[in-house]
Amino acid sequence: MSDLTKLTIAQARDAMRKGETTSAEITSACLSAIEGADALGAFVHNTPDIATKQAKASDARIKAGDAPAMCGIPLGIKDLFCTKGVPSQAASGILDGFKPEYESTVTSQLFDAGAVMLGKLNMDEFAMGSSNETSVYGNAVNPWRRGNDDTALTPGGSSGGSASAVAADLCLAATGTDTGGSIRQPAAFVGITGLKPTYGRVSRWGIVAFASSLDQAGPMTKDVRDAAIMLQAMCGHDPKDSTSADLPVPDFEAALTGDIKGKTIGIPKEYRMDGMPEEIEKLWADGTTMLKDAGAKIVDISLPHTKYALPAYYVIAPAEASSNLARYDGVRFGHRAQLAQGDGITEMYEKTRAEGFGAEVQRRVMVGTYVLSAGFYDAYYNRARKVRALIKRDFDEVFADGVDAILTPATPSAAFGLGEMADADPIQMYLNDVFTVTVNLAGLPGISVPAGLDKQGLPLGLQLIGRPWEEADLLNTAYALEQAAGFVAKPSKWW
Amino acid sequence: MSIDTETARRVAKLARIKVEDDALPALASEFNAILGFIEQLSEVDVEGVEPMTSVTPQRLKRREDVVTDGSQQEAVLKNAPDAREGFFAVPKVVE
Repeated sequence: MSDLTKLTIAQARDAMRKGETTSAEITSACLSAIEGADALGAFVHNTPDIATKQAKASDARIKAGDAPAMCGIPLGIKDLFCTKGVPSQAASGILDGFKPEYESTVTSQLFDAGAVMLGKLNMDEFAMGSSNETSVYGNAVNPWRRGNDDTALTPGGSSGGSASAVAADLCLAATGTDTGGSIRQPAAFVGITGLKPTYGRVSRWGIVAFASSLDQAGPMTKDVRDAAIMLQAMCGHDPKDSTSADLPVPDFEAALTGDIKGKTIGIPKEYRMDGMPEEIEKLWADGTTMLKDAGAKIVDISLPHTKYALPAYYVIAPAEASSNLARYDGVRFGHRAQLAQGDGITEMYEKTRAEGFGAEVQRRVMVGTYVLSAGFYDAYYNRARKVRALIKRDFDEVFADGVDAILTPATPSAAFGLGEMADADPIQMYLNDVFTVTVNLAGLPGISVPAGLDKQGLPLGLQLIGRPWEEADLLNTAYALEQAAGFVAKPSKWW
Repeated sequence: MSIDTETARRVAKLARIKVEDDALPALASEFNAILGFIEQLSEVDVEGVEPMTSVTPQRLKRREDVVTDGSQQEAVLKNAPDAREGFFAVPKVVE
């Protein structure tokens, strides 16, 4: 078989089961593709020995005939996941040299299902960023370009390496994590599918924490079917994560009928932002028509507190980050600063954290410290939590009115150039998450599906938001949208 | 609400991040931009709204209060920048 790296998970699974190819062959093709793709900055720690060993074991399982769907599938793993004995540093200098003595629940489940790890993927430091420019490893680069213009574009963030690797066919799929849009925005920027499950669907155990009430891991894949297959292997109740939901897990792939007749799709008027590019408006209108033509009922809805989602997020996420990142103190793991004569433990903390954290992480930790400090806790933090409750109530009400899913743009623009936002104030970068962040605050499942190209030839995505725990139904609506949109474009190889 | 250099210094201290004096004005100005943005929240009527504590109403799971793990001193210390005689080592804490 040719082009093994271009296979979807479903195609690879079926081909391996039929004996047309092996995990060893696909894995080896991916490892070669990775070797030739340094210019993308996607993979930051390669694990070819582990991959080769896992592929061999998976081939034996497939031969024996009892292999699960993910068996033998080569994946990239975001650097935020702790992987035993393999560097896991959340793209931060402060975790330099850290090799966990344990395996995250998600990667454990994937490996138990026979998935193969090709290596660790680039990301924004501690998942704080929307362009993969805050990584200690340097930028990840989007495989897409604006026509013949060779300006390097961002693959989005924070799961930028995952997005770049999947779009460039370096791996069949990748894990991502999403705190404010970090799976869906990069997926949209590179023309792939990205799913953020309902909060609690996937265990957070062993994933480096950013904002614990918002973080959720999910699949980044070449299509919707693959998202269903991979989510199946990643999710489920985990006693090691107290927020993990003890709920039955349906068969997600079996839900993909493409039949959405009679479903009600809400179009929220508050997502029509001032100054939204015409192409995004058109994409959204086209997507609405596609779902209508597929038999769905389209209704206008209102989510009145949408405007306050980003400001609430930029209180809650930094507050939780300032608490979670307190553990990086130079004592138990990672970097410790060289101390001067007479330095005590406070100097050790302060120098270690100044050296180990990048500028954006420092900024967020300090903003979080401020909003939690005496005298401001009620004015900022508690108020933001109340606004969050109102944002969730907005969604509860439209779902109670019979809406099955909500259609919005995934991002306010196509991928922008690396460095283009360098002089902008931090708020400009934060606006990237304007359509995705509400979903994290309300804990809902959301999926980004590639739906078209802009006039410069860059991919654009649409987002579907589902009811809590109804990923199966959401995936099916996404599947119908995917079939109607017929997005098949791939970036031309320049790397 | 405006953050001055002194407040920026105090926040950096609370966060245990060393910020040089000459970097404080720029830091204060970034804080002000971000706080100006989140200031919008004061427009929202939150009277009578309970702060959100969990995404779905579910009671936290409980388990028996028993030892479930342990005896992993070597693994625990493996990544320490400085470990001696079975302990994490740090600069002198008490005079």
